[in-house]
Amino acid sequence: MDFRLTEEQLNFRKEVSAFLKSELDQGLWKPTIDAWIMTYDPAFTKRVAAKGWIGLTWPKEYGGHGRSFVDRLILTEEMLRYGAPAACHWFADRQIGSGVLLHGNEEQRKEILPMIIKGEMYVGLGMSEPEAGCDLASAKTTAIKDGDYYIFNGQKTWTSGGKHMNYLYILARTDPENPKKHRGLSEFIIPMNLTGISTSPIHDITDNEAWNECFFDNVKVPAKWLIGPENNGWKQIMQQLSFERSGMERLMANYPVFDGLLEYIKTTKRDGKLLSEDPVIRQKLGQIKAEFEIGRLFMYRVALVMDEGRSPEWEACMSKAYATSYEQRLASLALEILGPYGQLRPESKYVPMQGHAFHSYLSSKGYSHQAGTTEVLKNIIAMRKLEMPTA
Amino acid sequence: MNLTFTEEQEILRKFAKDFMTEKLPKKVLKELEASEDGYSKDMWKEMADLGWMGLPFPEKYGGADMTFMDLAVLLEEMGKAAMPGPYLPAVVLSGMAIYKLGTEEQKQEYLPRIASGATVITMAIDDADELVTTPPNAVKATKEGSSWILEGTKMFVPFAHVADYIICVARTDGKAGAEDGISLFIVDAKDSAIQCNMLQTLVDKYCEVVFNKVKVPEDNILGEQGKTWKEIANLLKIADVAKCCEMGGMAQQVLDMTVDYAKERKQFGRPIGTFQIIQHYCADLFIDVEGIKMSAYQAAWKLSEGLDFEEEVSWAKAFTIKAADRIMALSHQVHGAIGVTMEYDLHYYTRRLKAGELNFGNCAYYTELIAQSIGL
Repeated sequence: MDFRLTEEQLNFRKEVSAFLKSELDQGLWKPTIDAWIMTYDPAFTKRVAAKGWIGLTWPKEYGGHGRSFVDRLILTEEMLRYGAPAACHWFADRQIGSGVLLHGNEEQRKEILPMIIKGEMYVGLGMSEPEAGCDLASAKTTAIKDGDYYIFNGQKTWTSGGKHMNYLYILARTDPENPKKHRGLSEFIIPMNLTGISTSPIHDITDNEAWNECFFDNVKVPAKWLIGPENNGWKQIMQQLSFERSGMERLMANYPVFDGLLEYIKTTKRDGKLLSEDPVIRQKLGQIKAEFEIGRLFMYRVALVMDEGRSPEWEACMSKAYATSYEQRLASLALEILGPYGQLRPESKYVPMQGHAFHSYLSSKGYSHQAGTTEVLKNIIAMRKLEMPTA
Repeated sequence: MNLTFTEEQEILRKFAKDFMTEKLPKKVLKELEASEDGYSKDMWKEMADLGWMGLPFPEKYGGADMTFMDLAVLLEEMGKAAMPGPYLPAVVLSGMAIYKLGTEEQKQEYLPRIASGATVITMAIDDADELVTTPPNAVKATKEGSSWILEGTKMFVPFAHVADYIICVARTDGKAGAEDGISLFIVDAKDSAIQCNMLQTLVDKYCEVVFNKVKVPEDNILGEQGKTWKEIANLLKIADVAKCCEMGGMAQQVLDMTVDYAKERKQFGRPIGTFQIIQHYCADLFIDVEGIKMSAYQAAWKLSEGLDFEEEVSWAKAFTIKAADRIMALSHQVHGAIGVTMEYDLHYYTRRLKAGELNFGNCAYYTELIAQSIGL
């Protein structure tokens, strides 16, 4: 065992941190909670691309850097620590590129990967449908082959960043006749600007529009956007979900709440005493910090598994189940400590911590649903790792 | 970064597992728990012959010259087997105390005897009125010629009734509560001025030890007179790393037992493990067990490398205490009535995991240390 990062990795962390601090000092953006999924800033994504930090793990022949997943974890950890507005490229960098590398053909790799790496291809995730949430294999959106095209009809929902994206990843039914619903699905990456695609906003509990509904009305998609063999989509998406579940954003989406809370209790008096002098508060902060560090270990283990070339199935499931629950506890603890100030909306004159705690308390309710509900994740752990019986 | 064990460590694990399976079936464990000694002297000798009593000490003191990370593997297997006995107080606490603080003569004198299994040394830290993490006051040591006279009472001294020596944490100076003035004495446990009263506890054998003006030669002071509190606090943290490793093994065993039981036990015509709620309880157990083990490994590795491990042990113990409670609650729930009987083995772990919380540093202590480490 060796829990040490290499000298190179430590320097990389410093480099990323210095870059983000300088951006922050220049006032180029403000830290936000859920920045990886809610804060879209094309200019920032371009600057990150210029540093060579998109597609970090991908092979050099496609413009990537061939670096390890631990390196990428260091990068994302710093992004999240600063609450940097990385949503434009996050999904493409996290899972779309890896999916294309695994299942795409050479032509697709050469076309898609460089676009992502340059920070120009933003890919929203079109998986869920109104009737297909946990039961994703029940997706009804169809893509029917017609010559050199697929004709798309149907509806996706909870499409991340729908209105900011220029491409969509879609899981669609290419064989509606197949009675085995898992067998008739395929993966596509399609341009958003095709005729017949329309979106409508979903206003989430924080009143943000980070997700959209997407409608497909006889959308004619060139067949070259099919990823992998037709009807192989379910197998492919399982691998992709491992990438989606395994990242630092499952532990640190609301990290600025932790730092902000520390600062708040060190500088805020209640009943004439600093909150940080209250032993109960000290213990609670100590406990939540311990829980954070355990989550961090889980995340690094996932990255190490990926560096071994394995798909981190149960490792990713347990990390996400654990970490999102930690984030929810952190948000609750922050509001508990803020007391009546916790109810102030971000736009309020007296709101503490830039409204981060308020926002986080609400948004964190969704963390345990995205990319596999905690219940689905526990099913997977029970089945695949603990080999428990089915009925 | 690399989170796998070495081949040697895997061999040690396999060997320890086989050894425990053979020598410590639950029938034997039950007898040992009921016995006066509370552990098997034969097994102790065999483990010494395997090099386990001197595992972390250099060869020149009869040790095996292995690392704390190796020790972590062994401790985990001991935890899985619910091994009773003074291994932790003798090897980790007392052995480390002598190794870290002792003079060359003291190391020569005691460490080989610990390593050979010939001598059991325990440590007396707790007072009746002070937590183990607070500088004690109950035993006072006063100088008389070339000897020290120890007087007072220590509580919760592990296996003092079978020990050959007791390392007593006593006050030689300073006012109550002060870190200054704390000294360590190696005391002959069989001295007639020592009275050892057994305490009836959840798991192991603990004693109340009364020092009735025990005369200790001045050469038996361990470490610098009056200046050892910081070292003792550090030893406690080392003991807690060991305890977390042991608890990781216990927790793993509880998980394995629970999953096996859920697969076998049938109700409503099917194994209860087919019910989703039971599966989810097991998944919850699994996550907590992994958390305990990973955090214990991290602390053990830091210690092994000679790096500062205070934060890591604090995270590990603070997490482990809470996780152990969750684990036992769910495991008992899955087991149902059989789990609360003496005929079934779960109680060995229910009791041990709780005892792990109640000894050495507690949650309040470690969360406060963490609070300080994050600038509070």
